[in-house]
Amino acid sequence: MAVDAGAQFHVLAVDDSLMDRKLIERLLKTSSYQVTTVDSGSKALEFLGLREDHSPDHHEMEVNLVITDYCMPGMTGYDLLKKIKESSSLKDIPVVIMSSENVPSRINRCLEEGAEEFFLKPVQLSDVKRLRPHLLKGKSKDQQLQEEGKEVDSNTNAIISTSNNNNKSKKRKAMDEEIAPVRTRLRFSTGSLTIV
Amino acid sequence: MDLGSLQRRYIDFTSALLREGILDGQFTQLQQLQDESNPDFVLEVVTLFFEDSEKLLNELSRTLEQQVVDFKKVDAHVHQLKGSSASIGAQKVKDVCMAFRNYCEEMNQEGCLNCLRQVKDQYLLVKNKLETLFMLEQQILAAGGSIPMMW
Repeated sequence: MAVDAGAQFHVLAVDDSLMDRKLIERLLKTSSYQVTTVDSGSKALEFLGLREDHSPDHHEMEVNLVITDYCMPGMTGYDLLKKIKESSSLKDIPVVIMSSENVPSRINRCLEEGAEEFFLKPVQLSDVKRLRPHLLKGKSKDQQLQEEGKEVDSNTNAIISTSNNNNKSKKRKAMDEEIAPVRTRLRFSTGSLTIV
Repeated sequence: MDLGSLQRRYIDFTSALLREGILDGQFTQLQQLQDESNPDFVLEVVTLFFEDSEKLLNELSRTLEQQVVDFKKVDAHVHQLKGSSASIGAQKVKDVCMAFRNYCEEMNQEGCLNCLRQVKDQYLLVKNKLETLFMLEQQILAAGGSIPMMW
């Protein structure tokens, strides 16, 4: 699904406490994220398009990050994390765990299961700022390729450059075109990724 | 009272709350999250805190009055109360909750009942102070002024 580079990131926040949902929502909106809140792990999975019986639904809404409380009745945040990481369609979504208790074994278990971060409650604005790199990393492959100036060649499925993939090369390309335009064009027409 | 005096009274009142440890920096964080697009954010969160707390305190009273006390249940309620008081910066309530949890672990009914009394007192105190704070804010706004920022 193509995503506009300027579009907002969508965060799904999961917490059984209404107060905490309100807080996390405000923190996330202050950081310009689009937010959906749910009060349980099972509702989170429904929203993500995966029912409890593991059959994917067609109406997934794209979520760029899941932030969940650890202590919840029924499905804990850890259980939710596991289900997300075990799902082929959802495993690349970054997950962050929140907890009011500082239990090192709990924190390690979550990180080992694939959580990106573990926030101690009450969550602060400075914590929410730490989400950005995880969100940027989790962008869809298409968007990433687009931003790097690459395209997938529809015939060969090879990744070819439509432009140089870093500023340094951009400058050199401009230079190259002036000095040796023919050479540059030849390089691209062979579909080669190597750029001097 | 003129606007200047109202604002000064607000500053003195809020500073005292912070100094006495009735509220801590988390409350100031909440105030910073409030803006023109969310002018009642703090009031809304605090109202939820009042509702949650009153439910929990009632449950705690009930559970501790049983013949056989279910300390796991008591602990679960105190854990919740601790969490929500921490979220709004009600420091003294949170501190009592920490001691309360220790008594739960020890299955000490007397200790728990003592803590319940203390947590109720601290809750009523912070509730009273917050209601006064909101009233002072309303007075400032009604006088056409803006609420001083305490950070």
